[in-house]
Amino acid sequence: MSKIEVCGLNVYYENGTVHALKEVNLEIETNKITALIGPSGCGKTTFLRALNRMNEVNDVMTKGKVFLDGKDIYNGGEDVIQLRKKVGMVFQQPNPFPMSIYDNVAYGPRIHGTRNKKLDSVVEESLKKAALWDEVHDRLEKNALKFSGGQQQRLCIARALAVNPEVILFDEPCSALDPISTARVEDLLRALKKDYTIVIVTHNMQQAARVSDFTAFFLLGEMIECGRTTQIFEKPKDKRTEDYVTGRFG
Amino acid sequence: MKVKDEIVKGGLCAAALLSVAVLLIVVGYVFVNGIGVISLNFLLESPYRFEYGGIFPQIIGSICLVAVCLIFAVPMGVASAIYLAEYASDNVITRTVRFFVECLAGIPSIVIGLFGLIFLVYYLDLGICMLSGGLALGFMILPWTVRASEEAIKTVPHAYREASLALGVSKWRTIRSVVLKSAYPGIITGILLGMGKAIGETAVVLLTAGSGLESFLPKSIFDPVASLPVYIYMMATQGHTSAAYSRTFGASLVLITMFLVISIFALLLRNRYIRRMGRR
Repeated sequence: MSKIEVCGLNVYYENGTVHALKEVNLEIETNKITALIGPSGCGKTTFLRALNRMNEVNDVMTKGKVFLDGKDIYNGGEDVIQLRKKVGMVFQQPNPFPMSIYDNVAYGPRIHGTRNKKLDSVVEESLKKAALWDEVHDRLEKNALKFSGGQQQRLCIARALAVNPEVILFDEPCSALDPISTARVEDLLRALKKDYTIVIVTHNMQQAARVSDFTAFFLLGEMIECGRTTQIFEKPKDKRTEDYVTGRFG
Repeated sequence: MKVKDEIVKGGLCAAALLSVAVLLIVVGYVFVNGIGVISLNFLLESPYRFEYGGIFPQIIGSICLVAVCLIFAVPMGVASAIYLAEYASDNVITRTVRFFVECLAGIPSIVIGLFGLIFLVYYLDLGICMLSGGLALGFMILPWTVRASEEAIKTVPHAYREASLALGVSKWRTIRSVVLKSAYPGIITGILLGMGKAIGETAVVLLTAGSGLESFLPKSIFDPVASLPVYIYMMATQGHTSAAYSRTFGASLVLITMFLVISIFALLLRNRYIRRMGRR
């Protein structure tokens, strides 16, 4: 069953002069990990940011349809605030707020109206899900910026989980991390797909092969090929996909 | 070549030392001439018969004027800065607004005082009073608060905004909860520097707030109000006795001390801010 269905998505930058995504169609399966791969500038991050309308933060024009549970998120379907509560995001650089661990995780739920005791349990639960609780439970009041990059990234995952999303978008979440932290985040992704639908952008093909169930290959703003990860890596249908996954370019 | 280098270096060093020396001489001169008159009575009494008594209403008046000035200039300045930094797109109108703000910062204070006199005192018929003086001071420091706030807001990493927006938080709430929270030490520093300018300003308050010699405390914002700079101006230009002379320096010493306290606060806050921002 698909959670998100993208139909004929086009995205333009710079007053329409740069055509960043061209007629992309893709289905994202529920409780699976979908990886978006491709060389830099191929549009995979733009595609990801179209799924929670984060492209709108910059001046970007979007055309086409993106259905979340059958409702078009662009055309009167849903309020952008509600959409982003359902579709969370974790960024390339760990970006915790300059506040305590507790306040970082509590930030979203607090603004959405969670208080006191309930808030404590939301914070604890989110940190546990993000596999960070054991490392920080006695230092919740400490400034988040004092922790390591890997811990900060898991904190950002906890912060996203705290508003109880259904989908989580990961934009190259490990590109700023060392191999050990990367392995921990990948373990975490596999654990999270039980409860969440996950879309991950990665420039690292081994990572896509290790964690994802489905893979979509992007090139120059077009979605070239998508399918089961094993099929994309072992029997790609398109010559360009084959060249990319075998490392002939990119 | 080496000798020439040494000469240049020595010359530059001398210039730097001279700059410091000028400051030390001015402060030292004021201190030596003013410290004799400083006493509890001088600080807590009202002036009488021109050059006698203390400067209590002047101290309080200066504080009140700065307070009115800040009540006006801080919300206006911060709101303008939020608009310029977060909402306005980079177009002709925004650039024009920013240009005018920059220009406003360069207008001589006597001109702002004159504008205050014509517009606030006469046209709006507020009279010579605390409100007129405070607002005129507010006009003067407004561009500084706008600029300092805008700079502070702009240094907040874009990643914080995106993180907040991606959690389903509205733009205005993001600005309040993340952007201003991170920017506030910078904004406060700007406000403190503005306060420093305002508390020492003479021309503006001379034309709008009062004669400087008022021996009473203002009962409302519509009363004329004394201030330290105008008191110093009156003592220096109208006083001819040794009592007036020593009071000129005594009041100056108090004014410099107030200014230094504000500046040190600003400096400490800024250092804390830089340390906090630089940790990543």
